[in-house]
Amino acid sequence: MLDLSKYQSIGAALKDALDQFSDEVCLIESDREREKERLTYREFQRRAHPLARILQAAGLRPNERAAIVMTNQSKWLISAYAIFFCGGVLVPLDYKLTPDEQWQLLAHSGARMLVTEYPVWRQLAASAGRSAATNLATIYVTEAPANTDLAGARRWEEALSDTTAPVFVPRTRNDVATIVYSSGTGGRPKGCMMTHENYLEQCVALTSLYPFAPGFRYLSILPTNHAIDFMVGFFGPFICGATVVHLRTLRPEFVREAFPKYKITYVSLVPLVLKNLQKGLQARFDALPSGKRKMFNAAVAINKALTKGHPRLGLSRLLLKQVHSGFGGELRAIIVGGAFTEPQTLQFFYDLGIPVANGYGLTEAGTAITVNDLHPFRADTVGKPLPGMEVRIVDPGADGIGEILVQSKTVMSGYLNEPELTAETIVDGWLRTGDLGRFDRAGHLQLFGRKKNMIVTEEGKNIYPEDVESVFESLPVKEFCVFAANYIWPQRTMVGEQLVLAIHLEPGQTLTEDLRKNISLLNNRLLNYKRIHGIVLFEEDFPRTASLKIKRNILAERLAQADRATAIVKL
Amino acid sequence: MRTIDQTTQEILDLASKHFNVPAGTLAPDDDFFKKLGIDSLQTLELLSRIENHFNIELPDYEVQGVSDFRTLASRIQSRL
Repeated sequence: MLDLSKYQSIGAALKDALDQFSDEVCLIESDREREKERLTYREFQRRAHPLARILQAAGLRPNERAAIVMTNQSKWLISAYAIFFCGGVLVPLDYKLTPDEQWQLLAHSGARMLVTEYPVWRQLAASAGRSAATNLATIYVTEAPANTDLAGARRWEEALSDTTAPVFVPRTRNDVATIVYSSGTGGRPKGCMMTHENYLEQCVALTSLYPFAPGFRYLSILPTNHAIDFMVGFFGPFICGATVVHLRTLRPEFVREAFPKYKITYVSLVPLVLKNLQKGLQARFDALPSGKRKMFNAAVAINKALTKGHPRLGLSRLLLKQVHSGFGGELRAIIVGGAFTEPQTLQFFYDLGIPVANGYGLTEAGTAITVNDLHPFRADTVGKPLPGMEVRIVDPGADGIGEILVQSKTVMSGYLNEPELTAETIVDGWLRTGDLGRFDRAGHLQLFGRKKNMIVTEEGKNIYPEDVESVFESLPVKEFCVFAANYIWPQRTMVGEQLVLAIHLEPGQTLTEDLRKNISLLNNRLLNYKRIHGIVLFEEDFPRTASLKIKRNILAERLAQADRATAIVKL
Repeated sequence: MRTIDQTTQEILDLASKHFNVPAGTLAPDDDFFKKLGIDSLQTLELLSRIENHFNIELPDYEVQGVSDFRTLASRIQSRL
């Protein structure tokens, strides 16, 4: 692993990694059963330098922003490296957003360039939202079919013919490296400005617990625009000379096959996928004939007893050989993140000898704040603060539960173009997470719900009510407002979070079947994970500020006076 | 060559069989997430079934953002 304390920027560290590990395999890309590409670090450099050259020639200046909207693949990482090489600021966007949402964030970010793939571009180019992003000067599209009109974009592959050496542009630790959107496709975009130092420090902290090395293979499934995959599916493995495996299709059968095929060392999953994996395995265990099942259960019990204090991978692989060989036999840990994972799921895998690196974090804090160090494994907590993280609980109640605050070199420098929001979020150097927690006697953090008005789905999606409200604008009601149900009626839980629509009807109006249908129709325009689950009726005018903005906290307090179970009318 | 209506019906049949829903209870404009109560992973499983049935490959990006049977059928039809 490179000594990151010597580096000023992501680009400088990656540049040296490509030289130091030149003969190691850095990327494998597979499409179903076909391996499409296998690149060494040297070959990666040969692909990236021409792109950096063409980005510079097209006018990408230091500190200018360039966005990537692409599914996980080798060209994502090649493009990101080229942008860093030029001293640019990377804006990684979620390819799963709608084209209008992507244009909105492209406009907000002020990106001058965009690198995207043809299927994404096809939809972006056809979207009316394009007119919003006048800042975008140059667009590169990968894998576009020949003789296709690219609507003003250029072909990514054309860059590869340019053999002029690009000029490396150094950056300093405090320069912004990326703008990562933690939310904000509707109301108020939250573009987290992450510095080079944020990444360098986070990488040191994470790899101290979960190291990479040449020969280690990371299966990249979470979108790389996500903070977790960017760190453990790109920067972390690269500065250690490890290999990143990309799959062009995420169908469960191909993901399952990838583990033994590529002898995966680490993978990151969201809780939904982990739970699904658990269900699949449990069904297979249950289907075992009685005698075999007894033997299997005995092996699990022995493994459980012998790994109580810490994982013993070699032993677990021997005891539960069939389970481990299904995962390729070299899996060291499953990293789970993006949302809260239920303890019984974590325990299920640990009992099989597969440690799950469970933690807690948020984009604003530079990925992870706490991670379970597995000494011993604790399914009931999200682990201890990572090295370099100061975490405290403020305003604790009688039960010791209060808001989690974080101070660290990994905390973002602020939200792009949002000084007020930044000042509300980072107070006296402490990041207010809006999450509720408490430390136990062993120094492990436990989570107990949220203080903030938002939800996180099992798929790791952060949904803010403001982001979905606009879809209901045509509703024929006096006024409405979307809330996280747990914001109105606080619950000591991080699972099963839902959004509700608070409605104030016109005088004499009632909640008719037609109105419900209308709400359902509008709701269905939202991506499935963003939809509201119920309606709450409110019979007074919404409290508003002098500028007529809804006072959400006061409205929530008033709504909370009703009983949750009866107040929410299910859709 | 199948018509779009035939393709749609075959998808509805596959979905009702895969998720044990009585035949005839699914309609082309149904939101399959909501109607079947499934998540994105289960949708991917259904897509694999559909690919095998129609003997086609449907890249993940083709079904990105699709949530009703009719749109899904049109994406499949274009690859038959």
